[in-house]
Amino acid sequence: MGVASSIMGSALASCSGPQNVLDPAGPPNRSINHLFWAMLVVAAIIWAAVVVAALWAALSRRRRTREDLEPIVDVPNEEQRRHVGIVTGLVGATVVTLLIFLVYDFTVGRALAERPSRSLTIEVIGHQWWWEVHYIDPDPSKLLVDANELHIPAGEPVQVKLKSQDVIHSFWVPNIIGKRDLIPGYTSSLFLHADKPGVYRAQCAEFCGLEHAKMALPVIVHSRADFAAWLAEARSPAAEPNDSSAKEGKKVFLAGACSSCHALTGVEAYGTIGPNLTHIASRRTIAAGTLPNTRGNLGGWIVDPQSIKPGARMPSNQLAAKDLRNLIDYLETLK
Amino acid sequence: MTNPARRLPPNESAVTDPGTLPDATPQTLDEDLLIAEARQLEITWRDPAGLWGWLTTVDHKVIARRYIITAFLMFIAGGLEAGMMRLQLARPENTFLGPDRYNQIFTTHGTTMMFLFAVPIMTAMGLYFVPLMVGARSIAFPRLNAFGYYTYLMGVVFMYVSLFINMAPDAGWTSYVPLAGPEYSPGHRIDVWAQLVTFTEIAALAAAVNIIVTTFKMRAPGMSLNRIPLFVWAQLVVAFMIVFAMPAVAIGSTLQLASDRAIATHWFNPAEGGDVLLWQHVFWFFGHPEVYIIFLPALGFITPIIETFCRRRVFGYTAIVLSNITTGFFAFGLWVHHMFATPIPELGQSLFTAASMVIAIPTGVQIFCWLVTMFSGRPRLTTAMIFLLGFFITFVNGGLTGVMLASVGFDKQVHDTFFVVAHFHYVLLGGAVIPLFAAFYFWFPKVTGRLMNETLGKWQAWLFIIGVNITFFPMHILGLNGMPRRIYTYLSETGWGPLNALVSAGAVVIVVSVAIFIVNAAMSWRGGALAGANPWDSYGLEWATLSPAPNYNFLNTPVVLGRHPLWDTGSPLPVVTGLRSDRREVLVTTTFDAQPDHKHKHPHASIWPLVMAFVMVELWIGSIFTPWAVLGGVGLTLLVMLGWGWESSMESDVERVATEGRIVEAA
Amino acid sequence: MSSRFERGAWRVRRDATRTTRHALLLLTLTACERENRRFSENPPTAAPTASALVVSQLQPGPAVVEPKIEAPYDDNAWAVSEGKALFNAMNCSGCHFQGGGGIGPALMDEEWIYGSDPQQIFASIAEGRPNGMPAWKYKLGTQQIWELVSYVRSLSSLNPKGARGGRDDHMMVKPPEASTPQTKPKMASTPPGDD
Repeated sequence: MGVASSIMGSALASCSGPQNVLDPAGPPNRSINHLFWAMLVVAAIIWAAVVVAALWAALSRRRRTREDLEPIVDVPNEEQRRHVGIVTGLVGATVVTLLIFLVYDFTVGRALAERPSRSLTIEVIGHQWWWEVHYIDPDPSKLLVDANELHIPAGEPVQVKLKSQDVIHSFWVPNIIGKRDLIPGYTSSLFLHADKPGVYRAQCAEFCGLEHAKMALPVIVHSRADFAAWLAEARSPAAEPNDSSAKEGKKVFLAGACSSCHALTGVEAYGTIGPNLTHIASRRTIAAGTLPNTRGNLGGWIVDPQSIKPGARMPSNQLAAKDLRNLIDYLETLK
Repeated sequence: MTNPARRLPPNESAVTDPGTLPDATPQTLDEDLLIAEARQLEITWRDPAGLWGWLTTVDHKVIARRYIITAFLMFIAGGLEAGMMRLQLARPENTFLGPDRYNQIFTTHGTTMMFLFAVPIMTAMGLYFVPLMVGARSIAFPRLNAFGYYTYLMGVVFMYVSLFINMAPDAGWTSYVPLAGPEYSPGHRIDVWAQLVTFTEIAALAAAVNIIVTTFKMRAPGMSLNRIPLFVWAQLVVAFMIVFAMPAVAIGSTLQLASDRAIATHWFNPAEGGDVLLWQHVFWFFGHPEVYIIFLPALGFITPIIETFCRRRVFGYTAIVLSNITTGFFAFGLWVHHMFATPIPELGQSLFTAASMVIAIPTGVQIFCWLVTMFSGRPRLTTAMIFLLGFFITFVNGGLTGVMLASVGFDKQVHDTFFVVAHFHYVLLGGAVIPLFAAFYFWFPKVTGRLMNETLGKWQAWLFIIGVNITFFPMHILGLNGMPRRIYTYLSETGWGPLNALVSAGAVVIVVSVAIFIVNAAMSWRGGALAGANPWDSYGLEWATLSPAPNYNFLNTPVVLGRHPLWDTGSPLPVVTGLRSDRREVLVTTTFDAQPDHKHKHPHASIWPLVMAFVMVELWIGSIFTPWAVLGGVGLTLLVMLGWGWESSMESDVERVATEGRIVEAA
Repeated sequence: MSSRFERGAWRVRRDATRTTRHALLLLTLTACERENRRFSENPPTAAPTASALVVSQLQPGPAVVEPKIEAPYDDNAWAVSEGKALFNAMNCSGCHFQGGGGIGPALMDEEWIYGSDPQQIFASIAEGRPNGMPAWKYKLGTQQIWELVSYVRSLSSLNPKGARGGRDDHMMVKPPEASTPQTKPKMASTPPGDD
């Protein structure tokens, strides 16, 4: 009973959540939802009609006698003509229904295809198995490189340019808009238009290899003022450590393996193989939406990422306990 | 295998068999003479004894039966893989399978179900029944047929050996580049996929050519195009689809993908002028028709079953034939709806949206015709009919979500999610596997001579219908809740756990149902009730001969005077005589009106098809390891062709006999 | 079918099973390692000893027989491809130019200044070499260095073909490792660093 009720509960609660098509957070997905529910109702009616007809046909004139005792049914001509009328009518109704669907779909499609003339541009680059995010600014010195978290303002369409560094990925924020593939050799783009501030979850939607399952991207929709504040904050260089253990940790970061793959803005760490860690401490998750960003998870991830995300490019790191503690202390200062 | 009805002279069955006693022929034939002729035919069409005969047989029924059994084993294998996937996904962050193994399992599941189960079993049903349904002694190219089966079998062995040695493909059954390309899939895993596809292409093309020629040139006299059974029409349309679709994937996988990986061509490398989307176009130009290649034969099963159990000729024969042809044609105009998330111009997308909706119309026409047929008939709820009710419940659901998916806006939301997984399982299980089970129950007596157990059958049918719906319906909701497909695990915070548990529980019901089927089939084959020639009092020519059909199919070629021979003419059917019984001969008729045209010499058992299949192994599997294998393979192929042709030419020393005056047209 | 046919069939099946079993055994031996993906493991082989630093056969006294260490990933396609990814990620091409050599020595010819044995290459990468080769042991783990070793060996086809990489999804700068002809390694005639 408990299982059944929890299943019922989750089926009922399935219309909301941070990664849910049916919980729209912006106008485009709202119109897709209208289309979906309209089509669903019509489809449900058609399905029920066909199933009832089939069951009724099978049961109403049902016989239990063997075939060889039953004559072949001879259908009189006028009944045959009536059948032709019925089938023609049903086919006509099908055609009309499909035409209505088609026109409705085209209107929704036109609305979705609108391109605002000016908007904030963000570049999202897919890697196996994490996301690199560039906030483009007309002033190149203000380019902000971030990773594994996407921040956008509410109430305006934001252009997201999509590129891939290796294989095909797909960018999909269910609450806001349908997906778009990131294809090597192509740059595609879509517009994110959200009007409900909140935290949503995007996830890679095109099979991209071993860790396809663990390639998520929290999407944070800020109010317009909050977004400006966040952007200013995010453009600041990596914080300088104050206490001694964090200072030691910084040395570990720079001298050890970390800096060969990870970059810290304003510090001599330029690696571009892994995510930029300038503001790692203020991210909600680590390992591309896989683990909540807690001290314990961070430590576990540094030491043994291969048992959390087998196949990921981050190698295991054998660090002395003291070095590890100092390193985590340092990373926690990178707000 | 051993069946008393199979051996001649079975005096009783010869008497009860309508096909063998042509009372209506002008010259009344002596019964003793008939038995003697049957005995002679049995000897003429017999395979050589022992192991040699087992390996060299070209009897289309023997080959097709092996085909069906192998493909059904593949259904079980693919089902076990699905079971492993469901075990892994039953709860969040499960560790039953790691990503490496899971990716191999889900790729093998998809590849098995599409390439090694669905297409082969559908063409195999055609290879078994098309000659019987058109009243032919055999199939058009029996050696090609045997070669097709052995090639397919080599593919099966190749795939499963790879799975057991950790070499199974792991980039999905679609093998999208660049993930499946040389840089991101090192080793030989994807090469296995690319060449497996080659094996199944060859097998499917061999079957398609056979079905086309058998249907066009070997129909019983009087079976003009407008009298061809709908089963055969569906097979014919599908055969043409195979001929047009398979070359696309041949170019894609055998030429482009394999050579990118093996000899460093740049078809799919954007940095050198290649294009990764090219693969998707080529693949889906084959991949979408593939769905209809699986689905149309199943529609062909449905009509005779409904007609037989409703005791009524189908309403709208012409409409159904035209629907089949239209579906086959439009199926090639839909492929881009698999690519709506790629940068394709919007105008183009709209075109494919419209086409994807249009294809619902011909399928709708068929469903309406069947409903009207059922309404005005007198149905009996046999197991096969219960399965067909399941078809309406399940397939219509899948078809309607298919129409929804034609919408670009909505498709971009649920593309590559569990919604799509639910959709295509509804379509393929509902539209192909459920009718296939119905067909198994319906034609089992023709293949084995015995009826399947109806009680077990009804249990199986209901369990299967319920299991499919419990398993796949919640997947719609999971997809809308954001669950992408092809993930090996998911976090518990996503809230997908309970529904996934339900889905996995549903899979158990399906397993139970299929287990019942296997038990039922095994028990019935050994000890089921004897069926007799026509247990359902059906109408098709296949029911006009013994069950199981003798190796020469028909004692005398029947003559067809309507679409429902046994119902129209009543049995016994009129026959034409004149085919020799001391020599393998088949009657060739004209394409449109099926007028007797000439007699054709029919080949004997031969080892060359099997040898040629081994050459294919050398060629295609060898090509994975060294390109020189292709050269060697071509050389060997030419040599084997020489042997094959030599043997044929030694046989066909007999002139084509003008049939005029020798065939006795019955009244 | 007569029972004789059936007996024949059985015989075939039995033979087939036996053959399949043998074939499987053979394939298992050859294919398993090549297709394995060992994501994480303890250092596959202990880091080579100092003897690996011996770079010349010339030495006082009797010849020292150094134990030869097999490269753990030479026959592992996945590890070799990871090695290639590391080679690019760590900017090895900055000096070695895709193996063709420029600032650093070429890696795809027959000349090996510090030896072509796995443990010698390991030592070159881990400890660094005079005239610019940095010591990577501070930046890379043992497993990663071994992956690099096998990739570097694949540049001149010193490892089995099945494990070597095909073409890249980039500009074609050199033939893929799988189609590079094998070279016979020899010690450089010129003393190290005198380039």
